[in-house]
Amino acid sequence: MAKFTAKPDELSKIDFKPPKKGWMDTPVEIKEHMFCHAAKPKELDVVGFPNAHEWRPNDEDWKLPENWEKTLLEGMRDLLGKYRSFRLFMDICVRCGACADKCHFFIGTGDPKNMPVLRAELLRSVYRGNFTLAGKILRKIAGARDLTANVLKEWWYYFYQCTECRRCSVFCPYGIDQAEITMMGRELTNLIGLNIGWIAGPVAACYMKGNHLGLEPHTITSSIEFFVDDIETITGIRVNPTFNRKGAEILFVTPSGDLFANPGTYTAMGYLMLFHELGLDYTWSTYASEGGNFGFFTTNEMAKRLNAKIYAEAKRLGVKWILGGECGHMWRVIHQYMDTWNGPADFLEEPVSPITGTKFENTTSAKMVHIAEFTADLIKHGKLKLEPSRNDHLKVTFHDSCNTARGMGLLEEPRYIIRNVCNHFQEMPEDTIREKTFCCGSGTGLNASENMELRLRGGLARANAVKHVHEHYGVNLLANVCAIDRATLTTSMDYWVPGVTVAGVHELVGNALVMKGEKERTQDLRLEPFPGKEGNE
Amino acid sequence: MGAILSLCAVAALALIAFIGVSAGHLQYLFGVIIPYAALLIFITGFMYRVLKWGSSPVPFCIPTTCGQEKSLPWIKQNKIDNPSTTFGVVVRMALEVLLFRSLFRNLKTQMSEGAKLVYGEAKWLWLAGLAFHWSFLIILVRHLRFFIQQVPLPVRMIEGLDSFMQIGAPLFYMSDAVILLAVTYLFLRRVFIPQVRYISLPADYFPLFLILGIAGTGVLMRYVFKVNVVGVKEVAMGVVSLNPDPKLLEGIGVIFYIHLFLICCLFAYFPLSKLMHMGGVFLSPTRNMVNNSRMKRRVNPWNYPVHIHTYEEYENDFREKMKTAGIPVEKE
Amino acid sequence: MKLYDGGKIIAGLIIFFFLVTFPFFLNIGKVNAKPEPKIDTPEIQKLAEKKCIESKAFMRAEHMKLLNDWRDSAVRNGERTYVNSKGKEFTISLQNTCMHCHSNKKKFCDECHTYMAVNPYCWNCHIAPKEKES
Repeated sequence: MAKFTAKPDELSKIDFKPPKKGWMDTPVEIKEHMFCHAAKPKELDVVGFPNAHEWRPNDEDWKLPENWEKTLLEGMRDLLGKYRSFRLFMDICVRCGACADKCHFFIGTGDPKNMPVLRAELLRSVYRGNFTLAGKILRKIAGARDLTANVLKEWWYYFYQCTECRRCSVFCPYGIDQAEITMMGRELTNLIGLNIGWIAGPVAACYMKGNHLGLEPHTITSSIEFFVDDIETITGIRVNPTFNRKGAEILFVTPSGDLFANPGTYTAMGYLMLFHELGLDYTWSTYASEGGNFGFFTTNEMAKRLNAKIYAEAKRLGVKWILGGECGHMWRVIHQYMDTWNGPADFLEEPVSPITGTKFENTTSAKMVHIAEFTADLIKHGKLKLEPSRNDHLKVTFHDSCNTARGMGLLEEPRYIIRNVCNHFQEMPEDTIREKTFCCGSGTGLNASENMELRLRGGLARANAVKHVHEHYGVNLLANVCAIDRATLTTSMDYWVPGVTVAGVHELVGNALVMKGEKERTQDLRLEPFPGKEGNE
Repeated sequence: MGAILSLCAVAALALIAFIGVSAGHLQYLFGVIIPYAALLIFITGFMYRVLKWGSSPVPFCIPTTCGQEKSLPWIKQNKIDNPSTTFGVVVRMALEVLLFRSLFRNLKTQMSEGAKLVYGEAKWLWLAGLAFHWSFLIILVRHLRFFIQQVPLPVRMIEGLDSFMQIGAPLFYMSDAVILLAVTYLFLRRVFIPQVRYISLPADYFPLFLILGIAGTGVLMRYVFKVNVVGVKEVAMGVVSLNPDPKLLEGIGVIFYIHLFLICCLFAYFPLSKLMHMGGVFLSPTRNMVNNSRMKRRVNPWNYPVHIHTYEEYENDFREKMKTAGIPVEKE
Repeated sequence: MKLYDGGKIIAGLIIFFFLVTFPFFLNIGKVNAKPEPKIDTPEIQKLAEKKCIESKAFMRAEHMKLLNDWRDSAVRNGERTYVNSKGKEFTISLQNTCMHCHSNKKKFCDECHTYMAVNPYCWNCHIAPKEKES
């Protein structure tokens, strides 16, 4: 495959004119740099996904298993019976088009099949043809069509061009959620072995080793050891995290990306410093070492299987409650799914902050607290000594993650924290934040490298808003509460808005936090000198 | 293409009624039998579709949250768009159903000079949608005067409000003008907005033309081709008392039968089509659920045990490495 | 067929069913009186030729428009003479022309208007004729 080299001004020339020919008569074209490599059979076999086989998306023959049509239609029938959302969203769309220009992939590609309504119609047309009376009789007039290999390819191509961000759902008069439809679409592709490597790999790793990156227990501890060393260099204080410790009050779970890849690692350092300063009785786990859940981008069952480790480990270690780190889709899963899948968590206690005594009233059943809720409460009660001026060289804006915004509603907590640890905060335009926030462009396991054009196009809308505040207000830091954002927005900013760096909120907390007995700080968590402190050592 | 096909279909339906009554003298068929059949299809079909939705569970708590969730006591929650109580959901749903709250948020995204994305107001769809649905409802309520002997005060009041400008005689109804304008707008945007045209199916144009046909024949009947309106009510009363009188059907103009037949088509088509959004909007799980999934456990009726990689298996895989790294293990 | 959230769904469907069918429940089994406008006033009885100013069919369909036009001619233009389709002249006056013959407003006008729930605003300005309670 040729390397992706298009420049930003080329990529931002977007043709929004739909083709002359109707969409049913326009076969899918699988374009380079717009899709991810196929999953390797051995990764699917690890977790027992059916019909694992070698295939390549841009080959003519996908080597589909025998009777694949029957498998898919039966799968569809099964899902229609399991999810009211699916059946309803297949039936009630009036194609008003309000969702069309809300999708970051449509905005970035102009491809009409990326309009949420049409992406849903790809599946709806087959639903109508096989499960509705009008569709069976009137066929194409009723918008029905048969399931063919080309239709399947179209499904695959476009359901892996949706990041389940739910922005369309905010604007839909019936709340039709393309995320639900994509989830169903991906369930179906998984029935016949059509997954992508970038999802299947992390899923297999997470299943066997506890985290997406496949970090083995000793690698986790040594990774964190590095952070501990760096923290000592910066503050003169040696923090002392524990692992798999029974009897700790709190189990801390965060996405594994923060243990391995910059700039997430700085966020992890922020956690370590905060917990040390509080004297928090907490433990990390190497078994439940993943907050995120790439299983959620395959099938419901797989997501549940990966998620089960969190409660299982909390129970084994005998902790009172669970604290979760900054992550987007992790919180969709924890907030809306975990308790249903793997609860009731009756072996845990209703979470109470040991520092402030605050009872977290909104998680009395799931018993897992978001770190932004935890830290905002600490700051409100004046439990942290903060020196926001250390972040004075930063003009910060905040990116709401899709899942925490539209699948939870965690909006004010991170903003409150940022306002207390930074002196310069600037919101992006109103129509691009909070529930109207844009995806980074690479969620739902689409943050591979071979689909770079797709990612950058998908990231255009978010980047555009950052560019606006960068140019008008000198914003130079994009804060967020999501591990995938930290990785993908960095790529997106380097391409679209050079000069803006990306950081987790708790990196900013770590910088501003005044720790008892610390030495005079001259470096930030990235071991870069604070402005004005260069060469002081 | 879809538009022309749908227009032809509606014209053909009108023609069927015209020929059937004026040449075939099938007044009883068009005035009694078809209306009963259409109503039966509408009621049973509608219920069947809703029950079909009801037969699938809502396994997870998946509201689309807009605004701040219930959090720490000092953080202001958006109690309607991110409800944590049933009351909040009721208000959210009421705003959705009565005022099309979500559509009101609509934005227009445009790429301007220098590859800048600009978000502009886009309230026309909301306005036309609201105008269309409300005028349709008002017209439906007004028609109750044909079905109730002593027309109740609320119906008379709505009729009075609808005609309060007192233009012409018979009095001009504002809802007639509004529905024709709104439906025309909804049709024109399907034709002239390229993306919307691209997604539009015959099934999107058909109900628009059907409703235009119904409203159009209604207006013609009121102002131009007048029919014996007292006779129409006598027929209607016969129908709703399950005692239709064939003799009454004779003296009524053919336009009435065209109007009625198109209405019957709409009713019979309703449960087979996207028009079911009327019932569906109430069942939409992203709107009608309380965002309390961490406070109250939702039970999935088809939840089943799954195979997981247990801690024991994990420790067996990594025991030596764990011990070397100083991580506590269960079995030495 | 197992139903989930059955209580709410059934309640919703019962409301739906009632809203769609309540005119039936109001009327089934009832024989409803039909309007019978009367034209047997003494004034009409005295007429040699029992004819209105225009044909019966025209008057039934267009009387509201005619009266509306009369109102405009008389009140706004001061034109008080109406020439009918046969060239015969009449004085434009609701009270002195129409109601002279149709002196029975209740049995003539109101009979259908009430049945159809039509509420013409003639009598907002005009004084309704006094009738003996029958």
